[in-house]
Amino acid sequence: MKTARVTPSLLPGFGPALGVTLLGLSLVVLAPLAVLLATSLRGSPGAFLAAVTTPRVVAALRLSFLLSLGAAAVSALLGLLLGWVLVRYRFPGRRFLDALIDLPFALPTAVAGITLTTLYAPNGWLGAPLARLGIPVAFTPLGIGVALVFLGLPFTVRTLQPVLASLDAEVEDAAASLGASRLETVRRVLLPELLPSFLTGATLAFARGLGEYGSVVFISGNMPMKTEIAPLLVMTKLEQYDMAGATALATVLLVASFLLLLLLNRLEAWAAGGGR
Amino acid sequence: MSAPRPREPLAVRLLLIGLAFAAIALFLVIPLAAVFVEAFRHGAGAWLAAVSEPDARHALKLTLLVAAIAVPVNAAFGLAAGWALGKFRFPGRNLVLTLIDLPFAVSPIVAGLVFVLAFGRSSLLGGWLAGHGIEVVFAVPGIVLATVFVTFPFVARELVPLMQSQGTDEEEAARVLGAGFFTTFLRVTLPNVKWALLYGIVLCTARAVGEFGAVSVVSGHIRGATNTLPLHVEALYNEYAFQGAFAAASLLTLVALAAMLAKAFLSRHAGEEAP
Amino acid sequence: MTLHGRRLFRSAGAFAAVVALLFSLHSSSGHAAGVPPDVEILNASYDPTRELYRDVNAAFTKGYRERTGTSVTIRMSHGGSGKQARAVLDGLQADVVTLALAYDIDVLADRGLVKPGWQTRLPHNSTPYTSTIVFLVRPGNPKKILDWTDLARPGISVVTPNPKTSGGARWNYLAAWGAALKAGKKEAEARELVAGLFRNVAVLDTGARGSTTTFVQRGLGDVLLAWENEAHLALAETGKGRVEIVVPKTSILAEPPVSIVDAVVDRRGTRAVAEAYLRFLYSPEGQQLAAKHHYRPRVPEAAAKAGRAFPAVATFTVDDLFGGWRAAQKKHFDDGGIFDSFFVNR
Repeated sequence: MKTARVTPSLLPGFGPALGVTLLGLSLVVLAPLAVLLATSLRGSPGAFLAAVTTPRVVAALRLSFLLSLGAAAVSALLGLLLGWVLVRYRFPGRRFLDALIDLPFALPTAVAGITLTTLYAPNGWLGAPLARLGIPVAFTPLGIGVALVFLGLPFTVRTLQPVLASLDAEVEDAAASLGASRLETVRRVLLPELLPSFLTGATLAFARGLGEYGSVVFISGNMPMKTEIAPLLVMTKLEQYDMAGATALATVLLVASFLLLLLLNRLEAWAAGGGR
Repeated sequence: MSAPRPREPLAVRLLLIGLAFAAIALFLVIPLAAVFVEAFRHGAGAWLAAVSEPDARHALKLTLLVAAIAVPVNAAFGLAAGWALGKFRFPGRNLVLTLIDLPFAVSPIVAGLVFVLAFGRSSLLGGWLAGHGIEVVFAVPGIVLATVFVTFPFVARELVPLMQSQGTDEEEAARVLGAGFFTTFLRVTLPNVKWALLYGIVLCTARAVGEFGAVSVVSGHIRGATNTLPLHVEALYNEYAFQGAFAAASLLTLVALAAMLAKAFLSRHAGEEAP
Repeated sequence: MTLHGRRLFRSAGAFAAVVALLFSLHSSSGHAAGVPPDVEILNASYDPTRELYRDVNAAFTKGYRERTGTSVTIRMSHGGSGKQARAVLDGLQADVVTLALAYDIDVLADRGLVKPGWQTRLPHNSTPYTSTIVFLVRPGNPKKILDWTDLARPGISVVTPNPKTSGGARWNYLAAWGAALKAGKKEAEARELVAGLFRNVAVLDTGARGSTTTFVQRGLGDVLLAWENEAHLALAETGKGRVEIVVPKTSILAEPPVSIVDAVVDRRGTRAVAEAYLRFLYSPEGQQLAAKHHYRPRVPEAAAKAGRAFPAVATFTVDDLFGGWRAAQKKHFDDGGIFDSFFVNR
């Protein structure tokens, strides 16, 4: 930002509009979150550290991070495939597929949770054949992963689609006319252009997955140290009167969300700069 | 829009399209179908009975009421944020934008927890409110607050970038021609962003109707009083009333499908608003 | 397009109306069509009592209206026992709590919401009905699970809720431990048995209901540890031949207690109704309803009247073997307790 003053000054209503914005932001978002921080910092830093480094908490955080990361990667790859096909090719049913992409975003998470659990349980439509192959899905980390991939899909597809649509086909043709093979063109010309939005979509999916509760809690099995995700552990601690433990873990999740948002800002700026 | 010239061999194209269909079938179509198959497992009569039972009706009413409050609040907020952050540059603007996005990234459980901490009986404020007989958490106001929190960014996220890219020329021209603030806003700004506003409202509504985690923490799960439709689905699911749970879930799924249709329609128009 | 804009501003007025509606809805929330009730009370209960209290509420409401002319509406909130107590601590306006174990009401007493000595206010330790812990197994009991020691055998897959969040699960845990002690085993051997049991656990749901669903509907596990009443309900819901109940020779006498929440009833002026409601549980009609839903009634005749026969089990109580709930909670279930050690070291 070049100027430090408010620009432009010709338009009215800046003060009231900013006032409403900041008031809403403070009342709805900042004040409640400040209460969380204040509550978790009321104890000593040592107590806070102890609360978030118990083996069970560490295991839950590790599980949440790793699964969200893996699921975000799978979502992003699937998003690349779906985005590519939906933007580049014309085929019957394309509009329908395109509209369906938003389902995981629009579907209430509890509905997604019970549906995925019903489908992937050992006696479900998809779970039964998979179980016969020796791949249990529901109540294992894999089941959580499936739910998180489902959840992340709209974010990765919708982030990649506009970039795919705006890619200049001339550049590809030029590369081809210079003798590059199709695969080489894709790798050397297309992928670098797509990388920023690929990462942005994956980060969005990661951020959503890290905090997700509704669609995961039914399918996870909730085994401490094995399939217990961090948001569930916050709930569990709350229910066993461990308010300090619940707020400490919630604070860690909150800080992680904030850092992810900062990362997203950088990624978006990078994407706006054309990936350079 | 003309189809881009495909550059891959036909076999590769068919393979990729096939994979896309398979992925969408596996991840999206089958779950969608499962909701309705389970909901109608015992016929349309059982479905109708499940969705018209008093607790289900009350849950539906409460869900709509919560959305009817949260969505206008966030729409008004989004417009204010769009004007302040889209039309003006000022120091700290990026920070405000990031903070507006925060509820999107915060775990719904954490979102619920903060309201229990702030308004629970053990907090200062909550103790004072309880002393005056005002219930916030485990009552409808808490559910509304949690819903406003989780749907907070959706309208603003659509409006701020659009209003920023549209710039201020038209509004300035209106001012020069003597229009007041409200006239400028209503006649120039609002028509320019109406599709994006509706688009944000659709996203916001979909999330408000379907929110589970945050509402679950603050609701208290009182049947016929503080159970929203997603919580009602969970309660039925936990009572072996699977068909009933999926019947209620099918209502929510219909809302989701309507939102998706509206979104597909609006995004075509929203695209026209970008300068 | 000004029309659109104006409509938007008019919606601000609508918003104010909705807020007003919100508060009116809050005070008169969701009465079924008809006469508004004179009194409304909230019963915060644990998971498996849904069916029991549906019947109890209907019977009590009817009888109370006939006796006093007052219409009562009883609202229910169900969830894990600890979660419900936590919600009451945080302000859930429950007039009565009917929870899975005494410790969860002790917590309310510690914070001054329930008067100390609450457990002596009603007969039988404020526990109008009891239950015990039994096994639910697959048809024909293919894995031959007959007693507690079988649960720790290698290759057995056990389903139980999480003792951290579920009251029922804490009864399961203490039942296994106590049964070992009763069989003449030493403390260390009991610990090894329970550790082995939890090594075999496939899914640890947060509540009793979730576990039953996992076992019955999802087909996971060889054996489910469940409340006797919950096991019978599962049997009735799934139909014969899909699961079987195995009653161990020795088990725990599970006592799910009830209490009014003094702080709430005094503020809301509902003490009389709330007390009458809890006393109804001890009445012949209340006892019969408890028996009907497979809770063991305190009055033995009620079982026969409800057409229920309860198999004989040698039972022990938490007070007998664990020195009461507070001691048991601290030693076994608090953070850093014995239960935690099973998971951390594996």
